Amino acid sequence: MLQLISLLMENKPGALMRVTGLLTARGYNIESLTVARTLDPELSRMSIVVEIEPHQRAQLIKQMNKLINVLQAMDLTEAPAVQRELALVRVRVSRENRTVILKEAEIFGARPVDSSLEGFALEVTGDPEKIDEFIAVMGAYGEIEVTRSGLVAVSLEAKKPRLSPPVMKEEGVAQSA
Amino acid sequence: MLNGAQIVLECLGREKVECIFGYPGGVTLPLYDAMYDSPIRHVLVRHEQNACFAAEGWARATGRVGVCCATSGPGATNLVTGLVDAMMDSIPIVAITGQVSTRLIGSDAFQEADTFGITRSCTKHNFLVKTLADLPRAIHEAFHIAATGRPGPVLVDIPKDVFQAQGRYAPVSSIHLPGYKVFTEGHAGQIRRAAQMIWEARRPLVYAGGGIISADASEELRALVEQVDAPAVCTLMALGALSGSHPNFVSMPGMHGSYAANMGMSESDLLIALGTRFDDRVTGKLSGFAPHAKVIHVDIDPAEIGKNRAADLPIVGDVKRVLRKLNQALVDSAELKPLNETARAAWRERVAGWKREHPLEPEFSSSEIKPQHLVHEIDRISAGEAIVASDVGQHQMWAAQLIRFNRPRLWINSGGLGSMGFGLPAAIGAQMARPDALVFALVGDGGFQMSIPELATIANERLPVKIIVMNNGHLGMVRQWQTLFYHNRLSQVTLDGFPDPEKLAGAYGFRGRTVETPGELRRVLRECVEEPGPYLLNVRVTPFENVYPMVPAGAAITEMVLASPQPVEVA
Repeated sequence: MLQLISLLMENKPGALMRVTGLLTARGYNIESLTVARTLDPELSRMSIVVEIEPHQRAQLIKQMNKLINVLQAMDLTEAPAVQRELALVRVRVSRENRTVILKEAEIFGARPVDSSLEGFALEVTGDPEKIDEFIAVMGAYGEIEVTRSGLVAVSLEAKKPRLSPPVMKEEGVAQSA
Repeated sequence: MLNGAQIVLECLGREKVECIFGYPGGVTLPLYDAMYDSPIRHVLVRHEQNACFAAEGWARATGRVGVCCATSGPGATNLVTGLVDAMMDSIPIVAITGQVSTRLIGSDAFQEADTFGITRSCTKHNFLVKTLADLPRAIHEAFHIAATGRPGPVLVDIPKDVFQAQGRYAPVSSIHLPGYKVFTEGHAGQIRRAAQMIWEARRPLVYAGGGIISADASEELRALVEQVDAPAVCTLMALGALSGSHPNFVSMPGMHGSYAANMGMSESDLLIALGTRFDDRVTGKLSGFAPHAKVIHVDIDPAEIGKNRAADLPIVGDVKRVLRKLNQALVDSAELKPLNETARAAWRERVAGWKREHPLEPEFSSSEIKPQHLVHEIDRISAGEAIVASDVGQHQMWAAQLIRFNRPRLWINSGGLGSMGFGLPAAIGAQMARPDALVFALVGDGGFQMSIPELATIANERLPVKIIVMNNGHLGMVRQWQTLFYHNRLSQVTLDGFPDPEKLAGAYGFRGRTVETPGELRRVLRECVEEPGPYLLNVRVTPFENVYPMVPAGAAITEMVLASPQPVEVA
């Protein structure tokens, strides 16, 4: 099954590797992964969609929560969450089809972000099924090229991450000169 | 002003590091130059893998963080086996590795390896320190992470130019790792419920793991066992957590566990699992494991709860603190104790009966030294007080079955990873930590030959390690499986050409000899132990002995093979 995971993590070198390493070590294939800074530039939000055996879901979240760079890992697969994806679609169209394409795009709420004699570049957002449909429709009009962002998700339940407070170090006795 | 290398040593000093096991190289030159003036002792091993194993030996013998050090590239890659070993057994070590200068990273420079990437999966956490400003914090955080929570190995990779950069040491007064979640206390309500479950149980069994030793919770474990008067099994990692001579102790469970331990697990109605992870070598076929038991599972690592076996009552916390509270909760609910006391008394008698029916006993022969005879003699001479650092294989299993340990941190072995070549360097680390203790390196002839270079370290450091080679001329455990499961087609398991131990030890300047007659064994072992320095004792044992009981891989632990099957008659 596909599991949707949302991670809040420190924006540090190697943090991404630690997360993906947990997945690759178990032979899981990542369907999509997006990561970007949050309002706090020291933190990143990552959304991962991964193919996984259902009984391994909880274990994977626990393993992710163990990572020191991860502040919070949440399983959003069945949780209330908004899920969106963005796709950029370049479609080559004949002159006579140009208006038809724009009409179709409008139906999907897609908008042209570039226009040339050969065709359009269109931007569409929505849930993955809608993107799939849009791509299928555009494909019917001619040659297309597609770049999808992968799923981004936001939980609709406010779950504050439990952060560990600083630990005072015992004043060690310096032994070196 | 200090340079980065001096700051590293300043940090290690503040972490109260007494001893580093390491091997120098190109990019660690500045560090070794600074060490020249440092009071911290450095033990020069002969291979970096053994630096890591020795640091583990130190950590396992003391409970404190062991430290090893290696140069970039091959030095760092040679640490990997030891890091995984420490990861699997939750041993706190800090590895310091040199890296090529920051401007060269990624250029395939001489002795460059992606240590940070390579060790990601074999450490609890790792650091690549790219500026001097980050250095002290990284090292102090490394020690904090290694020692707290579920302990484990942490690696700090330091480029040469960071070692050389000049700066000041600014003391680090606090560690702030917001994402490092350590749960220590245990849920009070769950602990109360655990006490109730224990009193309601008719056939409770304490299943203690290595976490008891990590958490220094032996006293609390003993108190629990005595208060409930329940039989207790200790896993391979927990031998000594409860004294081997304690009346409630039921030896090790699992693949080569005792009949009583495995039957106890299988017939129990309540497993009190403490700091243990339901390893496949303990449980056998999971679906057949402890089928009648409810499970109370105490562990500091939430990911262990329910990983292999669902817990009816999970408690996430430090097992020492949880046990203190649980013992109090048992006192507070003592009015429930008589409820099932009769049933529990019958249960104790059943377990004792299993112990009597199928005891773990040494075997003797008048013509050859049985391997069990050898470990029995080691047990006799150490009387539960010696450190035994074991290698991996048959000798490890016989030792685990037959040598008693009165206290924790005496039995030192590679449990999870099963790394051959572990025993001798681990003994070096343990002897460095406890110079006055009697330390045996109990090794097979296979693992010993993986660690022969360290005889030089033993000689140089004048460590009185007693190296006992259980020599059956084979890779015994692999041979056993070939015999039992591969029609005795012995493929690449014969180890001919074992060196003359007298000459070998003599070449390093200490004594060695072979013993092969059973009548001589006790006297020669005494001579070995009484030798003031190191001693290499090569013991020729029965070449084709198998370890029993044995649970075949994939079988339930009740399906024990208790002794060698009779030879099959050829039709």
